[in-house]
Amino acid sequence: MRLEVDITGKTFRSAAGGTHEVLAPVKFALQSGEVGVLIGPSGCGKSTMLRIILGLDHDFAGHIARPPEARIGMVFQEPRLLPWRSVEQNVRLAAPDVADAKLAELFRILELEAHRDHYPGELSLGLARRVALARAFAVEPDILVLDEPLASLDDALAGRLRDEIATLVASRPVMTLLVTHSLDDAVRLGDRLFFLSPRPARIVAEMPIGIPRATRGEAEIAAIKASLAQRTQGDRTERDAS
Amino acid sequence: MLRLLSFVLFLAIWWIAALLVGGAKLPSPPAVLQVMIAEASSGALFLHLGATLARVALAFTLAMSLGSAIGYLMGRVKLADRLGDPWLILLLNLPALVVIVLAYIWAGLTEAAAIAAIAINKLPTAIVTLREGTRALDRSLDEMASVFAMPRWRAFRHVVLPQLAPYIAASARSGLSLVWKIVLVAELLGRPNGVGFEIGVAFQLFDTPRLLAYSLTFAAVVLVIETLLVQPFEARANRWRPRAA
Ligand SMILES: Nc1ncnc2c1ncn2[C@@H]1O[C@H](COP(=O)(O)OP(=O)(O)OP(=O)(O)O)[C@@H](O)[C@H]1O
Ligand SMILES: [Mg+2]
Repeated sequence: MRLEVDITGKTFRSAAGGTHEVLAPVKFALQSGEVGVLIGPSGCGKSTMLRIILGLDHDFAGHIARPPEARIGMVFQEPRLLPWRSVEQNVRLAAPDVADAKLAELFRILELEAHRDHYPGELSLGLARRVALARAFAVEPDILVLDEPLASLDDALAGRLRDEIATLVASRPVMTLLVTHSLDDAVRLGDRLFFLSPRPARIVAEMPIGIPRATRGEAEIAAIKASLAQRTQGDRTERDAS
Repeated sequence: MLRLLSFVLFLAIWWIAALLVGGAKLPSPPAVLQVMIAEASSGALFLHLGATLARVALAFTLAMSLGSAIGYLMGRVKLADRLGDPWLILLLNLPALVVIVLAYIWAGLTEAAAIAAIAINKLPTAIVTLREGTRALDRSLDEMASVFAMPRWRAFRHVVLPQLAPYIAASARSGLSLVWKIVLVAELLGRPNGVGFEIGVAFQLFDTPRLLAYSLTFAAVVLVIETLLVQPFEARANRWRPRAA
């Protein structure tokens, strides 16, 4: 399976009547088993790009080739839970085929066991985000799309969930698209990092990470980060010089 | 407890007023109760009440289901909204009496004409309320449902319907009170039975105890249905909302 993104442009008409360009030409492809990471400044158009890729927004120029039968698991930037359904129902409605054991396992990992019967209005934002993660994992997706999934979680939990995402990605052939502001998450999870420019977003740098995720130790991660810092430093001096 | 108190207060004021203005204009509670018992034991009270309730149930169900469907459509589809809007404004501003009289003229003094006329009076408000509710639907949840490939019916039942439920409850409540009022007019003008018909007869005879006996029994039934049916439904529709302190 392969996801091909070829957006040539996206503009929004503002309420005042003007138009503003949100996406410049963006082109990349993702294979099964790969994790692509989108990194870019706030407001540059990342969420907009995800909506286009998922087929939620058809008003753009370009072409998206998505495997037609692919099951999608999505963690939206806001949790987007049904306030009138319990935590468990929220997950089951999206993933009706999920086995009880699998669900129990997910709730255990995400530390949601005590909250199964709660309604989303009774959850903290961090808890709601975890429910959204549980929902995305429960569908056993072919394409996993995560829009800043680890925001508003404490470091320890974020770390554990990051490992969980890594395990899931390793356990099945799933292609993952992750949006994050954390270079650390990007380096630990990603196979290919796409650095985006401010709005209108285009890919300013694409960086593949050669070392397989499983064998990336702390030393390797530090090394990748250092080389990244060097590169961005280099970009900056280049830009300053021109 | 408070309800009981206010009921007792109502009776007391009535009784005192009856003593002041005299029994011909305002009969005292026991006099009205006597008529009620007499009408009930002859079976007439239940017959007329039953006829009225059946009309209310039919017209209400018809107007609610049709109005909800049209309102939902108009909220979702722009073209339907554009096409339907002038009709809606016309219906909203048409006096109930005109609809009833025209229905009787065109369709004869029939049961169908009465029920249709009552339903048509309720229809536009149901449409407007449901259209408002549909416009207020959370698009981001629709997106969620579509990303997770929820089948249409499941998405409608679990994503859309709970959002519409408060609007349906509100429309049911206001609609019911509208139908209660209009059904009596329709019966008065063109039906040989029902509470409205009886009130018409009582009016012609200036039989105030009989008039009050029927009106109050009817009001009591309305009250019971409101508290036992409509209010619990409304509470259920809002159950998931975090309770206010
Ligand atoms: N429906 C819309 N109508 C008009 N403009 C919009 C709309 N949605 C987004 N935008 C604009 O598009 C730009 C990109 O928004 P988007 O949500 O994709 O940013 P983002 O990269 O996800 O930012 P963040 O990191 O803060 O989530 C923003 O400038 C925003 O104002
Ligand atoms: Mg965003």
